[in-house]
Amino acid sequence: MANGQWPNSKKQKKMAYDKFNILTSTAVPLPIENVDTDQIIPARFLKAIERKGFGDNLFRDWRYNQDNSPKEDFVLNDATYTGKILVGGKNFGSGSSREHAAWAVYDYGFRCVISSFFADIFRGNCLNIGVLPVQVSAEFLQKIFGEIEKNPAAEFEVNLPEQKVTILTTGESESFHINDYKKGNMTNGFDDIDYLLNIKDSIQEFAKTRPF
Amino acid sequence: MSAKKTLFDKVWDSHVVHQIENGPDVLFIDRHMVHEVTSPVAFLGLKNRGIRVLHPEKTFATADHNTPTINQHLPVADPLSANQLKMLEENANEYGISYWGLGHEKNGIVHVVGPEYGITVPGATIVCGDSHTSTHGAFGAIAFGIGTSEVEMVLASQCIMQPKPKRMRINITGELQYGVTPKDVALFIISKLTTSGATGYFVEYAGDVFKNMTMEGRMTVCNLSIEMGARGGMIAPDETTFHYIKGREFTPKGADWDTAMDYWQTLYTDEDAIFDKELTFDGSSIEPMITYGTNPGMGMGISNDIPTSDMVQGGATTYRKSLQYMKFDEGDSMIGKPIDFVFLGSCTNGRIEDFRAFASIVKGRKKADNVTAWLVPGSHKVESAIKEEGILDVLTEAGFELREPGCSACLAMNDDKVPPGKLAVSTSNRNFEGRQGPGSRTLLASPLVAAAAAVTGKVTDPRELMKEEFV
Ligand code: SF4
Repeated sequence: MANGQWPNSKKQKKMAYDKFNILTSTAVPLPIENVDTDQIIPARFLKAIERKGFGDNLFRDWRYNQDNSPKEDFVLNDATYTGKILVGGKNFGSGSSREHAAWAVYDYGFRCVISSFFADIFRGNCLNIGVLPVQVSAEFLQKIFGEIEKNPAAEFEVNLPEQKVTILTTGESESFHINDYKKGNMTNGFDDIDYLLNIKDSIQEFAKTRPF
Repeated sequence: MSAKKTLFDKVWDSHVVHQIENGPDVLFIDRHMVHEVTSPVAFLGLKNRGIRVLHPEKTFATADHNTPTINQHLPVADPLSANQLKMLEENANEYGISYWGLGHEKNGIVHVVGPEYGITVPGATIVCGDSHTSTHGAFGAIAFGIGTSEVEMVLASQCIMQPKPKRMRINITGELQYGVTPKDVALFIISKLTTSGATGYFVEYAGDVFKNMTMEGRMTVCNLSIEMGARGGMIAPDETTFHYIKGREFTPKGADWDTAMDYWQTLYTDEDAIFDKELTFDGSSIEPMITYGTNPGMGMGISNDIPTSDMVQGGATTYRKSLQYMKFDEGDSMIGKPIDFVFLGSCTNGRIEDFRAFASIVKGRKKADNVTAWLVPGSHKVESAIKEEGILDVLTEAGFELREPGCSACLAMNDDKVPPGKLAVSTSNRNFEGRQGPGSRTLLASPLVAAAAAVTGKVTDPRELMKEEFV
């Protein structure tokens, strides 16, 4: 099979999520390291049986006091910062495998998370639901934080086909990595399950060879 | 070229159904464990696509994450939890999956019951929608946690798409000191590597310390692999492993056992196989450990002082924010800090050996009045062993109660929540802000440290209490 390409099939395929090509947006800064998925969505909000409404509880305990009043100093409660890009510190998304964390990020309205380092499972979960994780160098991350601090209205361009993120106000840019297969999925809005169902016969052949 | 292979490569390569160039591998999954919290949306996905579970016989469901740990014979009071449990039962019935729900004799935490019933075997690939699936690596399996989309993927196709991780080997040589447990070994490694030090890697643990460890201990270590960012951790199977799994319900029997053994005995890292990264530590230098911050990498020997922000790697701002949450100061000693709660349990330390260790300290002592203690067995099987071995009597005598099995205060989805501001010594795996309840403060430690805290009411070096009785 060619680079990251899908097998041909008639049955292709409804979009699993919105296609991602070029995103131009302002960004919301969260310059904290090791943001774990228990902060992104605390366990007590994992009781739903549908994938709905998680955005309301995104960063719940950083965002609201125990009496549900908003914490003024948290960035999501600060109207200065808006946009579809969330910029987080190093080792973003560590901890629990809960995909609810990625759902909450998506449901809140973010389509892209930029950090200098992502935890594996969170990165995978994002890619599976249509949030693009963009890993940049520590220096470039600092430039992005610096630019937002100087000018909260600064826009950024995340170009998936070209695998490049640009600070539009300064023109500085950096490229990022994503494998061809996942890139194809994101730009087309496809998901892995469709792919796997297409190769089901070879999976079943393989299954016969497994000893247990 | 017949290249020298690592244990990890041997198991991984034998499960690759298909390779996508510049993309992930399609990896066949031998065992899929399912629980109530991360599966409903996956089953809903199957319904929406109009497809069935491809291999229900390789899929096992247990209820554990949001179940109560008292009065399990009564209906679950919280309607949302009750609904999730009902969904799991319905889905298991609908798709023909083994289901060990509340009250079932095999019920318990997914990573405790899997090994107990022999679902976990060497050389298998095992996944579950819970990051501590890495536990099963103790048997020489490739086991890792997955998200809900991936749960749906495995239900639909018995495969998962994963880029192959890099390989790391962590050797711990020598002998552990008295009072130092597998939990301490794991917390020690994480404190050295930080919570992201093994991201992108699959870890093999090797060296005398692991060779001499029981299966329970190996499970504790592999369980915590995820806390240094690793996809999973594994230990080559040996006589200890084979002895543990032999005769369990789901392990091969008779001639199948012999065939399996022939294969399992090939599961080790070839001499001269190459790792992308290799680290070695001296086991005798490890002390009983305790964490002081808000991630599992913020741990130290219990007799040390909390590091100052100029000594730590990573950002000082994040570090200070963490200590501020914990209400600790740089340079504080942990010994002597008064505590409010003790939690013994979870898939990290909820096995029989952990209860034995805890009991060895509290025996002949009394629970401190200022401490609320939650002792939660990992499964009904553990619970029965606690009773049969007379441990329950020791615990009761010392003023402790035993609860019913479940994840409990490990993630505090049920009522077992540490109240805001309260300080808990916990044998679980995460000390994140609010992990054990909004505003809760968690110190991760071994069952021995937890027991010492439970009877003294403060952080105490367990070796102080172990002088005669522990030989
Ligand atoms: S005990 Fe904790 S870590 Fe283990 S399966 Fe339950 S919630 Fe996950």
